[in-house]
Amino acid sequence: MRRIDPRFVPLLGTIAVFALTAGYGSVAYTGFFSAQVFLNLLIDNAFLCIVGVGMTFVILSGGIDLSVGSVIALTTMVSAELVEHRHWSAAQAIPLVLAIGTAFGALMGWLIQRFRLQPFIVTLAGMFLARGLCYLISIDSISITDATYTAIAQARVPVPGTGASITVGAIVALSTLAVGIWLAQVTEFGRTVYAIGGNEASAVLMGLPVPRTTVLVYTFSGFCSALAGVVFTFYMLSGYGLHAVGMELDAIAAVVIGGTLLTGGTGYVLGSVIGVFVFGTIKTIISFMGAEQSWTRIIVGLMLLLFIGVQRIIVFRSERRR
Amino acid sequence: MNSLSRHRLFWPFLTLALLLAANAIFNPGFWQLQWRDGHLYGNVIDILNRAAPLALVALGMTLVIATRGIDISVGAVVAIAAAVAALMIGGELVVKNGVQTQVSRFPMGLAIVAALAVAALCGLWNGLLVAKVGMQPIIATLILMVAGRGVAQLLTGGQIITVYYAPFFFLGNGFLLGLPFAVFIAAAVWGVLHLLMTRTALGLFIQSIGINPAAARVAGLHERLITVCVYVFCGFAAGVAGLVISSNVKSADGNNAGMLMELDAILAVTLGGTALTGGRFSLAGSVLGALIIQTLTSTIYSIGVPPEINMVVKAAVVFVVMLLQSAEFRAALRALVVRPAAGGAP
Amino acid sequence: MSLDAVVLEARGLTRRFTGVLALSGVDFRLRAGEVHALMGQNGAGKSTLIKVLTGVYPPDAGELRLRGEPIRPGSPAAAQRLGISTVYQEVNLCPNLSVAENIFAGRYPRKGATGAWRIDWQRMAAQSRALLARLNLDIDVTRLLSSYPVAVQQMVAIARALSVEARVLILDEPTSSLDEQEVERLFAVLRQLRGEGMAILFVTHFLEQMYAISDRITVLRNGERVGEYLAAELPPAALITAMVGRELSAAAGRNDSSAAPTGAAVLEARGVGRRGQLNPVDVTLHRGEVVGVGGLLGSGRTELARLLFGLDRSDSGELRIDGKAVRFDSPSTAIRHGLGMCPEERKHEGIIGDLSVRENIALALQARLGVWKVLSRARQQAIAERYVRTLGIVVADLDSPIALLSGGNQQKAVLARWLAIDPRLLILDEPTRGIDVAAKLEIMNEILALARGGLAVLFISSEMDEVVRVSDRILVLRDRSKVGELPGSSSEQAVYHLIAAGA
Repeated sequence: MRRIDPRFVPLLGTIAVFALTAGYGSVAYTGFFSAQVFLNLLIDNAFLCIVGVGMTFVILSGGIDLSVGSVIALTTMVSAELVEHRHWSAAQAIPLVLAIGTAFGALMGWLIQRFRLQPFIVTLAGMFLARGLCYLISIDSISITDATYTAIAQARVPVPGTGASITVGAIVALSTLAVGIWLAQVTEFGRTVYAIGGNEASAVLMGLPVPRTTVLVYTFSGFCSALAGVVFTFYMLSGYGLHAVGMELDAIAAVVIGGTLLTGGTGYVLGSVIGVFVFGTIKTIISFMGAEQSWTRIIVGLMLLLFIGVQRIIVFRSERRR
Repeated sequence: MNSLSRHRLFWPFLTLALLLAANAIFNPGFWQLQWRDGHLYGNVIDILNRAAPLALVALGMTLVIATRGIDISVGAVVAIAAAVAALMIGGELVVKNGVQTQVSRFPMGLAIVAALAVAALCGLWNGLLVAKVGMQPIIATLILMVAGRGVAQLLTGGQIITVYYAPFFFLGNGFLLGLPFAVFIAAAVWGVLHLLMTRTALGLFIQSIGINPAAARVAGLHERLITVCVYVFCGFAAGVAGLVISSNVKSADGNNAGMLMELDAILAVTLGGTALTGGRFSLAGSVLGALIIQTLTSTIYSIGVPPEINMVVKAAVVFVVMLLQSAEFRAALRALVVRPAAGGAP
Repeated sequence: MSLDAVVLEARGLTRRFTGVLALSGVDFRLRAGEVHALMGQNGAGKSTLIKVLTGVYPPDAGELRLRGEPIRPGSPAAAQRLGISTVYQEVNLCPNLSVAENIFAGRYPRKGATGAWRIDWQRMAAQSRALLARLNLDIDVTRLLSSYPVAVQQMVAIARALSVEARVLILDEPTSSLDEQEVERLFAVLRQLRGEGMAILFVTHFLEQMYAISDRITVLRNGERVGEYLAAELPPAALITAMVGRELSAAAGRNDSSAAPTGAAVLEARGVGRRGQLNPVDVTLHRGEVVGVGGLLGSGRTELARLLFGLDRSDSGELRIDGKAVRFDSPSTAIRHGLGMCPEERKHEGIIGDLSVRENIALALQARLGVWKVLSRARQQAIAERYVRTLGIVVADLDSPIALLSGGNQQKAVLARWLAIDPRLLILDEPTRGIDVAAKLEIMNEILALARGGLAVLFISSEMDEVVRVSDRILVLRDRSKVGELPGSSSEQAVYHLIAAGA
């Protein structure tokens, strides 16, 4: 019997969990198993998917990015301010906010790499900074009434074959997923990220461009946060400092459930997105159940426990065999 | 350990002193102290009072970080402890012997013990996951952070539970010898901890575990037991902080109590000179760190700057402290300073 | 490129680290088609020289020439591009990538004109297989590196060096984790490469291996070059004198002392084993006796030590201390019964780097006393000073972090830690690994003196001559089983014979 490549086991596990939860929902609740409900998973969590892709790279390299939620909020706030109060067009505002998020990530990445600071603390400070900047612009929320934004927000692209449709945000999420997979598996950048996560000292001695890649990883995460912020802006049609509070933790949870080890070096981008779907499915099931949403947090917590527990057992077993 | 502690405390002490001095110069009335209603009253007293819960959490966090761990669930534990206490005390107006008195659902002492026990249990959960199951601390405590917040929300039904029981308010609002009672609570915990660390071998053991857990085990330390105890204490400290906070605001908010407190606590510990990589730690440094954070907040507030600036300032402080703690940064600074001066040297 | 032409030349290399002069005016010549050994004690400057040659540090003074052209590699990547490749002791590859990826990391073969960024996996796998075939290795290159043993991983590291068409191959302590067969295979590869004109620089502590493979030797001492010699013209005694700077007295051995009074059995192990690590073993240790453990790498020596000390839990068998059955589920229990252990990995399981030397020495004793009974600073100082004297630990300040001490002094400090608890049985796992010759002798002499004083010692070492020299009895292991016991007077050949016979 051919042994499954051990690298794929966590990913298969995630897919299994997703199938289980979705299956349970479909069986227990009528109306659950419909194309629109599943596509809604993608629509309602599009921004989390995008952030998840960026976060996967950061975690693969052995780091962490706690600023993603705040950068999303900052993106919404800057967009709203520019579009509503200064009458910029969407075509002007969106590139700028993407540039801001990317620059933010690059700055954090540079600090981490140049001065050997710990990613945890640097991105923590970044989180404070981004949210604080939000409040500097406006304490209250700014609603967006701009025509382009509302048009994009309401646009629905029909999916052939099913009777359902998805949003622009969902399309962006799927594109980001594709780009993420391509980056990770095919490009030198992606392979270097894996190498850094496996053994950074070795990667340096092997002559890999470690400093440059480290900075790029956080830059990419910043870009993904900003992109997710743009999608979030379409979703909420407002800029507000309290948007996306705690989303970084949702992203980390999705990445872990997706099979990526927090120690780095192992994991797949696809797994993280499926992790997001698991997350979304649980939320949907709970709302179908009519129970309070606070149960979501508890269940996600327990799932994290289960996943990590299983991961540790697998690692334990393979170490023992040696 | 003496010379090291002097070294370690220098920067946080300097920072706090500078902050207080800047306040004294630019903020008239900052240092004004009055004796009113039988206790001291003033900006400084406020800072001490509000810093107390943060200092408590920071003390617990210091020991966890010293063992190379981290506990990001303390905010959730604060909320849970507050919720348990509020639920058990409740408080309603009842006529007893013709007099309207407030009565609590359960005896206050029992409620406090229960809240602290639950908090310690949360710590035990974390400790077992880290020491027995071998999980990375950030993930292990991430679980409780996520799930615990849910538990707190369930307990409070997503609402704010108000407490109507005056004796309970003494914890967060009362005064003893003119100073806020909360300060005494924090000082007591700090004092006991300090004695434990210096008069027993516990300080040495915790440092050893943080620097090299494998070697500590070979040397015969009960490294797993100590690790579990450290997390239990961290949960316990968060529980005490939760009691103080809920007593202070006379309510328990499952959604927001303790929110982001873990980050403030980690910041306080880092400001105080304890490295996130574990090993040598400084309890006094963490207390100083808590005071620095609180002074910053109060300063910003009293200057009249919108409190949202708080976050930006905190970020700036973190950046500065981090950079100063980084050897690479200090080297780069030195290179910048030395080069122009080397112009005349051969 | 004619053989014997100088490929890599260094002149006047100097490198300083905050106050310490690690290299001082070192000259060095490496020729094509030779294996050149770099010898010296710990702290002599070997690793610094290698790091300067491979671009990890820039030299403060001096110059490097590669085939006559001056070079100044600013990073390992730059050195690699120049054709200088290094294989380190700890295999510096990424365990989570496949073998092929490790070989070609950073220089992936690309696919076609359109996909300029796309990696050509097939070509990479094929080229990896070809490179490994040159080293007589035929493995699945798509599997993770971590699924292969260290010896194979090292071959992969060498294959990587070959893939960059290196002219200079530097091997830094490559044989520490290899057994005899694997060392022979490595040497066969090196001889083949030498024949092809490769310039090879070889750093090792093992004198025998060095003589087996090297053509020339450069000796460093205290950051300076003592000399360059032909291996055939420098016998071991002269080599040691050059490295140490003085004549060393002959090592004391078991035979030198009068018959040690071996007393009652301290520890009896019957059928102690652990699935997947060690098959059930019987061993008895008496007072005043040194029992050596002879066996090849991977035979279960360290596993035995760990089981006896309670670091790992045994699946079977029983332990008796002074006749009473005990069960060790953690080192603290073993310590309470009078055991002590110097672990194999000094850096990972021995020293607590940031703690002071004093605290390190006092640690096990404090651990045994528990949390409440504290050793005062004065008592810690007294204990530390006592062992500094008896073991000859070179340390300027007992309060400085132990990480600053040299390897030999660190090992002595760890030994002091265990002596401080006055143990009845001491397990020593590779106590002289990675230590300079002088310190080695001091430690071995101390161990013998302790045994004479009544201490029971279990001595594990991969240097068979050491085991044979000091042991009263030799426990022989092979492939995780005990194959027999030999008297201490046996020769090395006798031990190897027994190991081979067990096959």
